Amino acid sequence: MTDFFNEMFDSGAVRVPYARLRDWMEEMPAELRSLKQAEAEALFRRIGITFAVYGEGGDPDRLIPFDMFPRVFSHDEWRRLERGIKQRARALNAFLSDVYDRGEIVRAGRIPDRLVYLNEAYEKPVAGIRPPKGVYSHIVGIDLVRTGPDQFYVLEDNCRTPSGVSYMLENREIMMRMFPELFRANRIEPVEGYPELLRRTLASVAPEKCRGEPTVVILTPGHFNSAYYEHSFLADLMGVELVEGQDLFVEGEHVWMRTTRGPERVDVIYRRIDDPFLDPLCFRPDSMLGIPGLMDVYRSGGVTIASAPGAGVADDKAIYCFVPEMVRFYLGEEPILENVPTWQCARHDDLKYVLEHLPELVVKEVHGSGGYGMLVGPKATKEQIEAFRLKLLDQPSNYIAQPTLALSTVPTFVEEGVAPRHVDLRPYCLVGERIELVPGGLTRVALTEGSLVVNSSQGGGVKDTWVLAE
Amino acid sequence: MKLKVDHVTRYHYDHPVRGVVQSHRLIPSRFTGQRVQKWDVTVSGGIKGGGFRDGGGDWVQAWSVPGPVSEISVRVQGIVETKDLAGVLQRHREVIPPVAWLRPTAPTRVDAALADLGHSVSADDTLALAHALSGAVADAIAYRPGATHAHTTAAEALALGEGVCQDHAHALIACARVRDLPARYVSGYLFASEDDTPHEAAHAWAEIWVEGLGWVGFDPSNRCCPDERYIRLGAGADAREAAPIRGIARGNGLESLDVTVAVDAVQQ
Repeated sequence: MTDFFNEMFDSGAVRVPYARLRDWMEEMPAELRSLKQAEAEALFRRIGITFAVYGEGGDPDRLIPFDMFPRVFSHDEWRRLERGIKQRARALNAFLSDVYDRGEIVRAGRIPDRLVYLNEAYEKPVAGIRPPKGVYSHIVGIDLVRTGPDQFYVLEDNCRTPSGVSYMLENREIMMRMFPELFRANRIEPVEGYPELLRRTLASVAPEKCRGEPTVVILTPGHFNSAYYEHSFLADLMGVELVEGQDLFVEGEHVWMRTTRGPERVDVIYRRIDDPFLDPLCFRPDSMLGIPGLMDVYRSGGVTIASAPGAGVADDKAIYCFVPEMVRFYLGEEPILENVPTWQCARHDDLKYVLEHLPELVVKEVHGSGGYGMLVGPKATKEQIEAFRLKLLDQPSNYIAQPTLALSTVPTFVEEGVAPRHVDLRPYCLVGERIELVPGGLTRVALTEGSLVVNSSQGGGVKDTWVLAE
Repeated sequence: MKLKVDHVTRYHYDHPVRGVVQSHRLIPSRFTGQRVQKWDVTVSGGIKGGGFRDGGGDWVQAWSVPGPVSEISVRVQGIVETKDLAGVLQRHREVIPPVAWLRPTAPTRVDAALADLGHSVSADDTLALAHALSGAVADAIAYRPGATHAHTTAAEALALGEGVCQDHAHALIACARVRDLPARYVSGYLFASEDDTPHEAAHAWAEIWVEGLGWVGFDPSNRCCPDERYIRLGAGADAREAAPIRGIARGNGLESLDVTVAVDAVQQ
């Protein structure tokens, strides 16, 4: 069996960032722990934060388990991650600016043209249109896993509308309410500035035609959406309006919001609906969620849409393999964060290797998400593997494969006490006039012993994520 | 040739609607084959919105008409000087690379019959192949107005064996894709003298990417390449994307449409 890196205990000794948590853990009597756990759950229920993270489906009213044991990064560990995340966010945005313009990276032969231009997420209607400040992806969620003290891998990029940030904020809030003494004993960097930082980031990309203080809104598909709670939560904390498509309309060169005081001009739309539903005049004509004419206003500089329509072409799993190349090509730098080695089943040799090593590999659908349509070789039965082999042979280009990573563990409260469980991390990088990263993110934890799948739909929970001050 | 256009589209709603937004591709393309002398688009009761040049090189102009309104008329009037370039779209600036036009859309999706039609011809070079494909489409789908409707797909028109210029263009795009040639739908105007084969003054054809030449127009309906009788307005992956006018009304009024197009030669 593989050795897993335990973020708290390294060959019996407590690693420095976790030093002050040891006593806390050891001194907490079992009764108090279950009391606190019940208290945390009650708090979450009261706030109403019960949606499924990452749009994984499942029961939208189910509470995602919260584990009270925090995940901790030292100041130095975080600085390096921060540099790597910002670098990646810059490269992804440079790529988007490029492929909707001259496509230099394709002309230079660094990325195959069809992979980009025949990608479902490549939107012809926005080619040749430069969004304000050249930014396409304003909120970049980068999913990371750790395999050693200094070894981090990027699992995937999320350039469209990464969700889950409300958990980052709520987890912190609840920890502070329940364990104020922990926040006195440890110097933990704050995350609560995120909503204001997001608002400022969005205001900084106001369109050309905006005069004066920009009006920012959040566009939601509505209360039946699994992430609706997050939409209204963010709107509240940012002090902006939460709107649905029917609240907005296009007239002349602008988008307007119906209010009790009459129509009010809207300058920046943080949309939480997908491209095809944005504007029935431009995309899917049957969309009831969008605003007819929105895309023409956007393309003529009357409104900013965040993330920009078409941003998804940068976070496709087939494009993912080329992100390190983007860093070199656009920034002239070496990537600070590594990709997971990936086999592209569309390639003949890669497919051959994958078919021969299925029991060791993780195979994913190129466009899939949320841990569905995925094969975890070491955990799969013979029958599951054989069934997957047929799928692969049928549509090889629909799949990529990666080695099974030895995900790090963090101590987690379980029935028998405290035990190591595997985790990942999603930080949220904000890109506007400046690139900003709140010190923290969402840590997801696989609560089932030995499980490497952290998705909430498959037994995953969440933890508060600490970055220690210097 | 100097061509004069008068194109009126009237929308009528049986109940007044709360407002209408439109997206126009109604300005002749900028390339060596045509030069605009005079051009004017008016929308009754309309507020001009933003305008921009899109990735395919077309000028797109937004309009909105505040309601309540039950009648809208869009009028295009102008004069264009045209030149015969044997269908070649010379010096036309665009950002979208040819390969992006290989993506299928619902009306241009390839079925077995279209795949067979696409493979039914052979030629020594791409240009000859494109001509042969255009000829094959014209042979397979007879020109018959009224046989199809606005939402007929290329596959349906081929199965029927009849159609209009829109069906010809969709089928040619599908067949070109079968041979891995990027292709797209073009909408525009056609001046046709009386002795000509069937025609529509509001016309559509296809363009196929020929390496070395660039985009070349093919009109299966008239078995030719666009020449000085053609005015090119804009392109898209299919009829919907390339439509000269796209619009949506807010409200429950049922829309009816009346279009008149006159294209005449101006005496020099």
